[in-house]
Amino acid sequence: MKITRRQLLILLPAAAVAWKYVRAGTPQESPNYNTSEHWWGMLLDITKCIGCGSCVHACQLENHVPDGYFRTWVERYVVRDWGFEHVSVDSPDGGKNGYPPLPWDQGKSFFVPKMCNQCADSPCTQVCPVGATFVSPDGVVLVDPKYCLGCRYCVQACPYGCRFINPETRTAEKCTLCYHRITKGLTTACCEACPTGARQLADLKDPNDPVHEFLKTHSVQVLKPHLATGSKAFYNGLDGSVR
Amino acid sequence: MPVDGFMYPNEVELQWGVLIVLYPFLTGLVAGAFILASLERVFRVDAVKPTYRLALLTALAFLLVAPLPLQLHLGHPERSLEMYLTPHRTSAMAMFGFVYLWYLMAVLVVEIWLDYRKDIVLMMRSSKGLKKNLYRVMALGSDNISERALGIDNRVGWIVTVIGIPSAFLLHGYVGFIFGSVKANPWWSTPLMPVVFIFSAMVSGIATVMLLYMFTTKYRGREIDMRCVDTIARYLFYTFLIDFSLEMLDLIHRIYEADESFRSLDFMVHTKLWLSQVVIQIGVGTTIPLILLFMVQVFPMNAIVRKRIYALTGSLTIIGIFAMRWNVVIGGQLFSKSFLGYTIYKMGYVTREGLFAAIFLTLLPLAILWVLVKVLPPWPDSGSPLTSGISPAVGDDK
Repeated sequence: MKITRRQLLILLPAAAVAWKYVRAGTPQESPNYNTSEHWWGMLLDITKCIGCGSCVHACQLENHVPDGYFRTWVERYVVRDWGFEHVSVDSPDGGKNGYPPLPWDQGKSFFVPKMCNQCADSPCTQVCPVGATFVSPDGVVLVDPKYCLGCRYCVQACPYGCRFINPETRTAEKCTLCYHRITKGLTTACCEACPTGARQLADLKDPNDPVHEFLKTHSVQVLKPHLATGSKAFYNGLDGSVR
Repeated sequence: MPVDGFMYPNEVELQWGVLIVLYPFLTGLVAGAFILASLERVFRVDAVKPTYRLALLTALAFLLVAPLPLQLHLGHPERSLEMYLTPHRTSAMAMFGFVYLWYLMAVLVVEIWLDYRKDIVLMMRSSKGLKKNLYRVMALGSDNISERALGIDNRVGWIVTVIGIPSAFLLHGYVGFIFGSVKANPWWSTPLMPVVFIFSAMVSGIATVMLLYMFTTKYRGREIDMRCVDTIARYLFYTFLIDFSLEMLDLIHRIYEADESFRSLDFMVHTKLWLSQVVIQIGVGTTIPLILLFMVQVFPMNAIVRKRIYALTGSLTIIGIFAMRWNVVIGGQLFSKSFLGYTIYKMGYVTREGLFAAIFLTLLPLAILWVLVKVLPPWPDSGSPLTSGISPAVGDDK
């Protein structure tokens, strides 16, 4: 077959685009999983969290999270009275090793597990200059590390401080809701490790998921609702002091 | 640990350092210098004519360097072209790449080429060897410098400048938008941010070109055109007043509204940002230059005093605008999004994003400008073929 110069000029860019797709590879397959049948979120019950840090441990082991960075963490709030000056928060090493007890007269205290809120209208995906971070069809915010530039704009855009730059890959990283597990019918590592059931993976598209009953019968709130991020991390027993 | 109070654990490390401070600073100088150039071209302010070409070359020199801090800062600089190949349309940063390219290729380079075309052709004819080839390449095969051809250049150049003014606004307004649109960060998130960035850009660009003009004229042993610098200083004063008013409007709005972030930000301004914001930006970099410029407008002063005041004002202004960029970029990361704690910024020295890289990138545009000035002399009195009376070759009027 003879190719003219004109045809070659047309073929070359097409071949370059095709090669790009070949190099990108194919997503990991999960034969029995249909993304359109799920819409994932998480239920976090503050009234059940005991601040043991098992979730943080489990997450770091499961996802090889580098030291000093966190895909999930636990904060301890101590509220002595109203207003900013009466709230103190700590999260030593992300709460991974639990917390020492407080004296009884400190006021009310509680633990708040934090993680990516899997926002439906996520500010982090909005700002990514190349679309390396995206919301999957089943509602999980993911990052493609092969594509991320490491510009850190998404880290700035996340209102909840859930993203960081992995010092080894130099790309953005965050909670994936253990996507590699949930697409195989498992729950997340943090949910599995939680001894009190304070974390529950929720499939909002599944009518049989107990989350629907819970949402109907409890006072549930999301973090920073005024930012309208479409957060799918629902908190039960959330105190107004929590940021 | 440098943390004071509580920060989300991933917030302790600052994401954007001094290089990202440099990025809006350099881009601002580009936009400001171009707008100063357009004063002569579009608004017919003849007094600033001696700075017209210098302003254009300054804009080009800084524009060429402006993306380098970003490039150095990326975790994967080798992937940066993806912003052009597969841009994410909702991302302010991705779209900035196109605004930058548009401004560089469609506005600035075209305008400089049109303005210099006659000089380039004449220099091509009068030079030899390598230099001749350089100018031949720069002429792009267009060596017709007849009156008619130059008339067309002039008209097209005017149109490009008219397009260039909103483009310059877009260029730097867009940088402001990159910060102003981050709703997670109350220090940045304000619709005033792009407008403040545009006016501060004009201030810094005008001050830089004024200083460069005064310095280069002195260096060349020529007399500074006082009518020119007086006019530039007057425009600097007006622009600075608008810029300062806008910044104060933002400040008053924040204080009066006092939303949930106010206590945290107020504490930050009174502690961590006291020196860089209150003392350097507002005091040394804004109030003093404004007072000095005001005095020049009101009280009669001789040329020597005026020159010294302009040199001082220009320098303080540039320091003040750099401090403003610093306070926006670094200040916006010193407090926790929980509003319960603060961190500090520790700048490295000999690191990829450290002080020396920043100093190098600040000086690099000046080195590029030096080369540009050698290749394309911007001086109206330089004795270049254009001004030394060499007439176009016979037969050019085709």
